[in-house]
Amino acid sequence: MKLAYWMYAGPAHIGTLRVASSFKNVHAVMHAPLGDDYFNVMRSMLERERDFTPVTASMVDRHVLARGSQERVVNNINRKDKEQRPDLIVLTPTCTSSILQEDLQNFVDRASLSSDSDVILADVNHYRVNELEAADRTLEQIVRYYLNKVRGRRTMNQCLTDSPSANIIGIFTLGFHNQHDCRELKRLLRDLGIGINQVIPEGGFVGDIQNLPKAWFNIVPYREVGLMTAMYLEKEFGMPYVSVTPMGVVDTAEFIRQVQELVNAWAPILLGRKVNYESYIDNQTKFVSQAAWFSRSIDCQNLTGKKAVVFGDATHAASITRILAQEMGIHVSCAGTYCKHDAEWFNEQLQGFCDEILITEDHTEVGDMIARTEPSAIFGTQMERHIGKRLAIPCGVISAPVHIQNFPLGYRPFLGYEGTNQIADLVYNSFTLGMEDHLLDLFGGHDTKEVITESLSTDKDLTWNLESKAELNKIPGFVRGKIKRNTEKYARQKGITNITVDVMYAAKEALNA
Amino acid sequence: MSIKTIETPIFECETGNYHTFCPISCVAWLYQKIEDSFFLVIGTKTCGYFLQNALGVMIFAEPRYAMAELEEGDISAKLNDYGELRRLCLQIRKDRNPSVIVWIGTCTTEIIKMDLEGIAPKLETEIGIPIVVARANGLDYAFTQGEDTVLAALTHRCPEHRISSDKQCQIDQKIFPDLLTKQIKKNYWEDKSDNHPPLVLFGSLPSTVASQLNLELKRQSIRVSGWLPAQRYTELPSLGKGIYVCGVNPFLSRTATTLMRRRGCKLIGAPFPIGPDGTRAWIEKICSAFSIQPKGLEERENQVWNNLRDYLDLLRGKSVFFMGDNLLEISLSRFLIRCGMIVYEIGIPYMDERYQASELALLQSTCNKMHIPMPRIVEKPDNYNQIQRMRELEPDLAITGMAHANPLEARGINTKWSVEFTFAQIHGFTNVKDLLELITRPLRRNDSLRDLGWTNLSV
Repeated sequence: MKLAYWMYAGPAHIGTLRVASSFKNVHAVMHAPLGDDYFNVMRSMLERERDFTPVTASMVDRHVLARGSQERVVNNINRKDKEQRPDLIVLTPTCTSSILQEDLQNFVDRASLSSDSDVILADVNHYRVNELEAADRTLEQIVRYYLNKVRGRRTMNQCLTDSPSANIIGIFTLGFHNQHDCRELKRLLRDLGIGINQVIPEGGFVGDIQNLPKAWFNIVPYREVGLMTAMYLEKEFGMPYVSVTPMGVVDTAEFIRQVQELVNAWAPILLGRKVNYESYIDNQTKFVSQAAWFSRSIDCQNLTGKKAVVFGDATHAASITRILAQEMGIHVSCAGTYCKHDAEWFNEQLQGFCDEILITEDHTEVGDMIARTEPSAIFGTQMERHIGKRLAIPCGVISAPVHIQNFPLGYRPFLGYEGTNQIADLVYNSFTLGMEDHLLDLFGGHDTKEVITESLSTDKDLTWNLESKAELNKIPGFVRGKIKRNTEKYARQKGITNITVDVMYAAKEALNA
Repeated sequence: MSIKTIETPIFECETGNYHTFCPISCVAWLYQKIEDSFFLVIGTKTCGYFLQNALGVMIFAEPRYAMAELEEGDISAKLNDYGELRRLCLQIRKDRNPSVIVWIGTCTTEIIKMDLEGIAPKLETEIGIPIVVARANGLDYAFTQGEDTVLAALTHRCPEHRISSDKQCQIDQKIFPDLLTKQIKKNYWEDKSDNHPPLVLFGSLPSTVASQLNLELKRQSIRVSGWLPAQRYTELPSLGKGIYVCGVNPFLSRTATTLMRRRGCKLIGAPFPIGPDGTRAWIEKICSAFSIQPKGLEERENQVWNNLRDYLDLLRGKSVFFMGDNLLEISLSRFLIRCGMIVYEIGIPYMDERYQASELALLQSTCNKMHIPMPRIVEKPDNYNQIQRMRELEPDLAITGMAHANPLEARGINTKWSVEFTFAQIHGFTNVKDLLELITRPLRRNDSLRDLGWTNLSV
């Protein structure tokens, strides 16, 4: 057992559900007790989804404990098949069902006999993998399932598209700024004259998966989800992939160069010429992205050598650390990630970019590290933002887990050239706010003049008895003042001089307070 | 012209495929209510993930609750439950030193049959902190019923009430001079002056709401001897034969049963003090149990209704559909019908017809009074079917969980998020305005957007 207050990555089934519900017309049936469908709330609230989340639970209750699910799961799958006619139903085990050890594969086999949809069992072990690993696996599982299916039918069309094209793998629901990143990536590829073959899982149809191999190559923007799929496609279909995250000016250029290499593998044959993106990189770096210019400007000069701490998922923490160190001259004291399964890669990526590397899933360790290093700014998850609040250190949020405010309505990519602008703003704003705070502290606040106007509430004519005072103290601080004023106003109107608890509540009723 | 049709309520039962919060969410409000407690939820990552997301910012305020996260070794019994729990509880004692640790059993502890009730007493004597076990799991319960399981467990920890005669008291003091806590002593002397047997109210309410209800009863010269739960674990009320108890929330049926059967208390079955009608009926029922003639209640109720005119104008004739997730649905429907609304359907996770008998009777008489048919009550609803029904009925307001709120709004149906009713102050005369404020908010908001032409935004 582990005493835990907070976790960075969620349980495995969340990952599976995120992938399944990102596809269009795919339904997930969870084998779970009442209340485990909290995923639906998150999707509906955080993503502000307009559609009903295609996830239902096949309830595990007392009866199931006593005699097993029997027909229930099969019936629920068949029912969803009839009601919503999905292309695919993913039976999703939860922590509860994995200890029940029911033969879910058997349910799947039976259900697929009678339903028109394809039915698969998500192959994830609850006690071994977390949300992100499960998402990665589920995506690979679905892709493999459909590719094997067409291979079995020998109807596969493996011809490459005429002009260069790519698949983007790993954009999905509840991902950190994923929607914006996807748009930015598409724009970048369009600028390079590369078509988008498919984006999976977000908005993709499982029926189209068979066309994945038509693309010239794959793009995996985030390490956490999509790599397994890309590796599978490489192994089975010889499709190369780019796994550099185009975040920051340097890495975006590196990403484009790798894309160029992959395009040029086929371009001489299919296009009759080689492509060269160097002038594009140069133009974008100097004029479209403001980040390169920003790093030369005196604003950024002031940030030189300032201390920062970075924590987040492997992709974002690594990229942001390199941006801070390499592109802005900021001193990163410690960079860390909660993606323990990817520790090796993380270590290797950040050699020479920071003093210390921290790999942990325990937020108190992160908190202690921040308190110890006393950075001028933190770049982390929502958890680090709160640690920062407690220690009065500003924090820019750069990675999941996130709150609703990290699903902005406006356009906020982290990837590509527009992403570099957004990141520069984020970094700059975090630091100046910290600086401003510090200066204010030094000079004693915004306005040092005494407030001369007398307060409206004169206590002379009114007395609060002991009981009502005690009652007033029970009211949360931020509304206490208002309640006090309203009660006194009411008492004066009524000519009451002694304020009792009765008067307080009478005032509340009368004044709609 | 009243139509004399006594309809017996019709209960339907659907598939139970509905969305609600897991009952472990009760730690969110209970740890705040019982100030010296610590809640330890013994479960998996799934439970922890739910708590940290559902409770949002509260998690950052160093809450007095935590997960005992089960690992593979715990599931396969490679690790010893007693030893593991002992280690964690000692750590909690060291860090927080609470007066009570409440263990919340979850689905996982049920399935692997972890003997929490057996381990707790042993560990309790070893570490010297009371350990209360509540099985608030999603296999058996929905959302607010979590509180019910905790309060039922706390019932056993309340001190025994002794018949208050001077003689008895003297004897007790001789035999157990230390045993009489200040609270009990106070009860002895004060009880004598009361014209009614001691009354204990059960249900967790914010302390301001509790004192408002105390005050309402004081106006009828009824003194509340205690609340279950109290502000602190060490202040739990004494219980026993001769104590009258009354519930303030509709989801407390296990607690009521435990109070009656295990502690010999007398239950006053009343409607719940939600809405002015409910509050009045609640007080009247308590008065009648003590043969006290209520004073000025009718005027008080009328006065509250008069103050609500603006809200009532907005609600009159509008229809509402309860999808059902927190067991407050019967009381809220009854209140809204009294406000002039038409209720199409009352979805409810679980219906205890005995504990809610008075509330159901009041619902029925309210329907008669307002000349509308009894709404259908759907136990263990099926959300998918409900949405189909809603498509046909097109209610003016749907009271629903967050999983459905945004999708319904996108389809042009006004929604009110039902969980807010569990967290907002809705009890008694004083809070009626707040309650109607909540209910009318979507209607008022959408009134101001009405002419903009973007009601239906579904894709």
